[in-house]
Amino acid sequence: MRRCASAWRATSPRCDGAAVSEWWTYTPADFLMFAPRIYWRLFEALNRQTWPAVLLAPSAGVAWLLWVARDTARPGAAAARLAAVALALAWAAVALLFLQPLLAPIHWLAAYIAPAFGLQAVLLLALAALGGLGATASPRRRRAGLALLGYALLLHPLCPLLDGRPLTQAEVFGLAPDPTVLATLGVLLLCRATTPAGRVLGRTAWVLPVAWCALSAATLWTMGSAQGFALAGGVLLALVAARRRSL
Amino acid sequence: MSCPASPAGRRRFLALAAATLAAPAVTAASAPPLTKRIPSSGEALPIVGLGSWITFNVGQDAVARAQCVEVVRAFFAAGGRMIDSSPMYGSSQPTIGYALAQLGMPPALFSAEKVWTGDAARGSAQIEASRAYWGVPRFDLLQVHNLLAWEQQLPLLLQMKAAGGLRYVGITTSEGRRHAEIERVMRSQPIDFVQLSYNLLDREAEQRLLPLAQERGIAVIANRPFREGALLRQLARHPLPGWAAEIDCKHWAQVALKFAVSHPAVTCAIPATSQVAHLQQNMAAARGPLPDAALRQRMARDVAAL
Repeated sequence: MRRCASAWRATSPRCDGAAVSEWWTYTPADFLMFAPRIYWRLFEALNRQTWPAVLLAPSAGVAWLLWVARDTARPGAAAARLAAVALALAWAAVALLFLQPLLAPIHWLAAYIAPAFGLQAVLLLALAALGGLGATASPRRRRAGLALLGYALLLHPLCPLLDGRPLTQAEVFGLAPDPTVLATLGVLLLCRATTPAGRVLGRTAWVLPVAWCALSAATLWTMGSAQGFALAGGVLLALVAARRRSL
Repeated sequence: MSCPASPAGRRRFLALAAATLAAPAVTAASAPPLTKRIPSSGEALPIVGLGSWITFNVGQDAVARAQCVEVVRAFFAAGGRMIDSSPMYGSSQPTIGYALAQLGMPPALFSAEKVWTGDAARGSAQIEASRAYWGVPRFDLLQVHNLLAWEQQLPLLLQMKAAGGLRYVGITTSEGRRHAEIERVMRSQPIDFVQLSYNLLDREAEQRLLPLAQERGIAVIANRPFREGALLRQLARHPLPGWAAEIDCKHWAQVALKFAVSHPAVTCAIPATSQVAHLQQNMAAARGPLPDAALRQRMARDVAAL
């Protein structure tokens, strides 16, 4: 069960040539270093620590979704900028409140992913400032974006019920990575960048969400959770919808 | 000690006699666990230890930490000694340290750790960090984890042993990987322990490594005796065979453990668990008769056919 990466402590090892030999003998299960019950209880701890603020981000997200859904010209420039800033805050919150303090102690990879989430937050802020954001002109992107956002905000928190787990383990937008990433993909579909810098930033902003969905889906499948299908389905929907015209 | 007349009784007698040179042949549930000797020192070790991969990686979860304390408490209460961990196991080391502190650092502890870094210069710092997590003055056994940079790390461990900062030195592998390289190390280096995967289905080590360990006087720790639980989940669909009663097994976990530790070259197995009930089942496998060579063959054959 050799791992080709550093651990989360200061004395962590590093990858070397020997560590990747016989790589074909490894399966995703070899990289699952915690029990599912421990992973799910992280969200219980997260929700307990942030209660009742845990409800703020999903509530604001639902209000934004309902407002945008009423008119195909929405979001306008201000609403799109607001969404990008809110998403930046959400990515930073996920890194600071979940990845680093809760997940990293049981999963060495989280110590590296947390700074990446911070970079994504900076990227979204730059997109808000420089992107010239507005509503997408593609009906397909709009429908997919609304569906993804709606799922991330309203349905994903109910996933524990599928596994017979308590709702105290709900993963909510703005604190847990999966719904935050799916909501981000939804907003990226709903918005359009009009400046050259914005188009570059917009395309770059897809990279980490897609990578996270792949990693999280693999982890969830290895744990035997059907939630992996939601992540995989969400990212596939987003990529297909964005195929013709991207930010 | 008289030799029983019946074949089954004789089988049990011979297995006990072969496997418990360091302990009297007793079968009562309250008896001390069976032991085997570390070839390089003659020190006796219970044949069932405690692993910590996944099960002790619980982070700051207070409930799970408390459960781990109870598992460790039950382990020592059942006569256990060897606890094995690694810097690779997430928060397992702090969890073990927490449990040991809660239990007042049981004197029976045999601490088995690993060094796991490709950077030779960081080996000492990593070992010291591990020691601090455990809260022990020194480790009993340090192993080069999965052969990572063993050319650099093994001299460091041997130097520590020579200076009295360590009692035993070893190397590890798992899931059948890099056996050829393990063999080279076993032939060329003065190691006390080798740790490898060995169970009812993963028996490649029987071909070369286990005979070599006997020949070279190297103690063997069998990891993954349950294939991280997959073997037991597979076996749970089937009733225990009749021969399980011959070796006092009431659960498949005990069958799997008795198979692993009854190989003459294997010193102990290190199953991991987060449940006291499972720990007690595992430790019960360190008592009573062990299978002889003929029964071992039948066990492997029957399980492979399931």
